[in-house]
Amino acid sequence: MRRFYAILIAAALVYMLISFISTVPSYGKADLKERVSDAFLSKSVNAQNAKAWLEGKAIHRQPAKEIYGKKVKEEGSANVVTSIVVNYRSFDTLGEVTVLFTAALGVSLILGGSRRKQYGREANFVLKTSTGILVPLIIMFGAYIFVHGHLTPGGGFPGGTIIAMASLLLYLSDEKFFLSKASTGALEGSMGGTYVIIGLLGLAIGGYFLYNFLPNGVVGNLVSAGIVPLVYVAIGLKVGAELSGLVTDLHSEKEG
Amino acid sequence: MMNYLIILAGAMMIIAAVFAVEAKKILDAVIAMSVVSLVSVFLFIAMRAPDVAITEASVGAGLVTAVFLVSLFKMKGGDEQ
Amino acid sequence: MVFWISAILIGIGVYGLLTQKNLFKQLISLSIIDTAVNIFIIAVGYVDNGKAPIYSKAVPKFMEGAFVDPLPQALVLTAIVIGVGVLALGASLLVKVKEKHSSIDVENMKGVGE
Repeated sequence: MRRFYAILIAAALVYMLISFISTVPSYGKADLKERVSDAFLSKSVNAQNAKAWLEGKAIHRQPAKEIYGKKVKEEGSANVVTSIVVNYRSFDTLGEVTVLFTAALGVSLILGGSRRKQYGREANFVLKTSTGILVPLIIMFGAYIFVHGHLTPGGGFPGGTIIAMASLLLYLSDEKFFLSKASTGALEGSMGGTYVIIGLLGLAIGGYFLYNFLPNGVVGNLVSAGIVPLVYVAIGLKVGAELSGLVTDLHSEKEG
Repeated sequence: MMNYLIILAGAMMIIAAVFAVEAKKILDAVIAMSVVSLVSVFLFIAMRAPDVAITEASVGAGLVTAVFLVSLFKMKGGDEQ
Repeated sequence: MVFWISAILIGIGVYGLLTQKNLFKQLISLSIIDTAVNIFIIAVGYVDNGKAPIYSKAVPKFMEGAFVDPLPQALVLTAIVIGVGVLALGASLLVKVKEKHSSIDVENMKGVGE
């Protein structure tokens, strides 16, 4: 009886969702001229006339201009998604970093411990040998992803996750490995404080919080786009230390 | 061609999701959910979103599965590895 | 077409949430709903024959209809990371529940009233 009602509710929900599909533009026919992403892609957000946009009049759009390989006045990163996440809407990223910190803090309070929980069996020989080869490669790959966040897809969050995978591999292959909470906590806290200090420096120099005060270079170089590479390095190291602390908490047990 | 591949990926996701909900052992359900996450990475690539694909691949098919398996191990007291 | 896949996955997740008695299965159903909603948000921003929104030597100029919408991708990036944080917190709470009540089924937990 319960299953019958559950199937009925789920089927009604699916029917309602499918019949509301006609309110969004059909798949593939989205018109970017009516959306704000047009200004994000052509890097001309500050040149728009906000009053004309709100009233619906025709706005002044930039003509097609070369962006890769030139100096752009407004924003200098080649990856447009990075420029949205770190530059135009950087306050949302600060909120997301806070939410991740709160979740890791909650896990550490619930499952905290000071001793390593033993698996009870010795690891295989193949696992131990290949861990010694793989861990430096994994850390280097994760660092590559978050250092080049403004040129290639990726960024701070997947780079930090890959570094935490390296520490999980070390936990699986060695019975005595244990990261102390002090080291991961210190790295995570200092990197989070760096992000806020960069924002306060922007407030002091430019006039508003998280203002981009370093010069934009040529689009496509490694050293370009102002504070965006620095912020992504801070976020990548912070997320890596945080998730390593989460894996440590899962592997520990209390005294006695 | 791309339409056919999207339909194939969607069918695989639906079958794995039904199996994840109706499995008897929890270990099978965790592996099926990791399959759903992995095939969704292909859908993200077909919709031209590489940032989201890299994030979902490393988070969904790596960290979430590892967290679930280690917490299952802690609950049963030493059956999993 | 992708909209249909996302809607059916939401339906499967809700069905799992309503019928399963094991708390772990309910957590897995929540994760399936999470993935389906992320697919839907990105499918809203797809443009036919568009490329990924990265400037490179192949696409050095801004032209109309050349790029896919980058704004939903930025929102989904945040949503995926928050989803994994909530899931980790839920799994750790389940470990504590099992320790205290010695069962993870909703029906036969010791010490919980009717």
